[in-house]
Amino acid sequence: MKDQEQGKMIRADAIEQAANRIMSNAAIDIPEDYLSGIRAMIDTEKGDLSAFVLEAMLENWQAASEDRRPMCADSGLPRYYVKSGNEARLEGGFVELEHRLRRATAQATHDIPLRPNRVHPITRQDNNNNVGMNAPEIEYSFEPDADWIDITTVHKGGLFGSDYRMLFPGDGIDGIKRFFLDVLLAFGKRGLACQPAIVGVGLGGSKDTCMMLGKQAACLRTVGSNHPQAEVAKLEGELQELGNRTGLGAMGFKGTSTVVGCNIEVGYTHTGGMPMSVHCFCLSSRRATARLHGDGSVEYRTDPQWFTPYMRRNSVGWDGGAGAVAGAAE
Amino acid sequence: MGERADKLKQVRLQTPVSDEDIAALEIGSVVFLDGVIYTARERVYEKILNDGETPPVDFANLSNVNFHCAPAAACNDDGSYNVGAVTATASFRFAKYLKRWFAETGARVIIGKGGMSQKHYDELFVPAGAVYLTTVGYGTGALLGRGIKHVRAVNWLDELGIAQAMWILELENFGPLLVESDIHGNSLFERNNAEINERVESLYEGLKPPALRRFGETRDKTEELI
Repeated sequence: MKDQEQGKMIRADAIEQAANRIMSNAAIDIPEDYLSGIRAMIDTEKGDLSAFVLEAMLENWQAASEDRRPMCADSGLPRYYVKSGNEARLEGGFVELEHRLRRATAQATHDIPLRPNRVHPITRQDNNNNVGMNAPEIEYSFEPDADWIDITTVHKGGLFGSDYRMLFPGDGIDGIKRFFLDVLLAFGKRGLACQPAIVGVGLGGSKDTCMMLGKQAACLRTVGSNHPQAEVAKLEGELQELGNRTGLGAMGFKGTSTVVGCNIEVGYTHTGGMPMSVHCFCLSSRRATARLHGDGSVEYRTDPQWFTPYMRRNSVGWDGGAGAVAGAAE
Repeated sequence: MGERADKLKQVRLQTPVSDEDIAALEIGSVVFLDGVIYTARERVYEKILNDGETPPVDFANLSNVNFHCAPAAACNDDGSYNVGAVTATASFRFAKYLKRWFAETGARVIIGKGGMSQKHYDELFVPAGAVYLTTVGYGTGALLGRGIKHVRAVNWLDELGIAQAMWILELENFGPLLVESDIHGNSLFERNNAEINERVESLYEGLKPPALRRFGETRDKTEELI
């Protein structure tokens, strides 16, 4: 019995190996959904400079994959999202998991190589391995009736393109649209946001939840995905269309290529408020996921599948997903 | 290069870039570079300009091209360097250093991200006879990485770290870059911004403003925002 249980345990070495591989996949290979989105944008882009930029990016992604070198030198702030099945058992538990993810970060930084971006905010001291106090971030979520763990790494760079604002219910959809435009105009000029971006919007929650949801919407959902709730999905479409009407194209040159996808995530919020955050996942939208099973098998993919029906549940209990999101559009 | 690139003028330049070549650059042209360039950003500027440290190289004999960059690179055990990708960082933050940098090093070409403001072109670049080349897309890190043939030296590596150290890079067909400003201070970004700005008011038409303003929407810090 004990042997059988241990056979189902996810080994720490396997975690470290998978983490090293997704670090490299993320840094080098552009996800297919993002690539398809950009190809479609080139076809409709009338601005020659903006289209030239996008064509150069296609060439760049090809060079990155051929040479096995990072697509961008600002390899961002590598971080992890771990989704653990409720039945998953890890060798050494989560403390060992975190140790292995930190080790993989340092190793991958040297081997790929990534830029060691992480420094102390005041002394600017650099450990030269992208590891430090509170770095890399590791966020967790859980999944019922599963014995696997998903490890996703996201390398998001960019000092430009994110913002937060407390709106109020009376500000309505107008307020949301205005703030969305404010952020794109503030950071889209000269292409500082490295657009076309997957623009993630967090609506609701408390301030920290709002930032977290918006960032996860940008980094953990694919181009072309829709929120299951009809009202939210409709707004995603409207914001994408609005964002591509600003006149800004790639690098801020005149054009129509700013928002390759708009993903909104919502959280129930204070009755008096409507907090909103906006995040731009850039021309190097780097994410990669590994699923590790207890039997030792590992699968790799580029869609993190982070927002499951369980995560978006609206009920007290969990009924297996039948009423996951009220008013869900199917 | 793709079919849209064929609509743009292409130029190949040797560093140090000559006066004639600099004068002939037109905004919106695509540039590829051969020769030597160096990286310098805030920490290098501060060491040389503010702390008065002696530059580790003789700029006059090295290159007149300053890249606002930090490479994705690693140091090998044998003392060599593995440069994977290179992309630029946003240049506007370094404007305050450039007047003296141009004067003291003879730099005439800045490569970076996002260009500078018209004011900085008029006050800093035009008097120095300098131009700005922007990296494309932000960035074509793998393509630019391919253009680096050799790392000649890395200065202040231990002290400043990989990202802020001064890298001396030997290039072959390094690009694509776009001419963002010419010697007269004409700017591709400023021209595009002017066209885009004409439409901004209409974008907001019919959208009512939020109840609570923010600083930035008013500059008067004594004003209430409600």
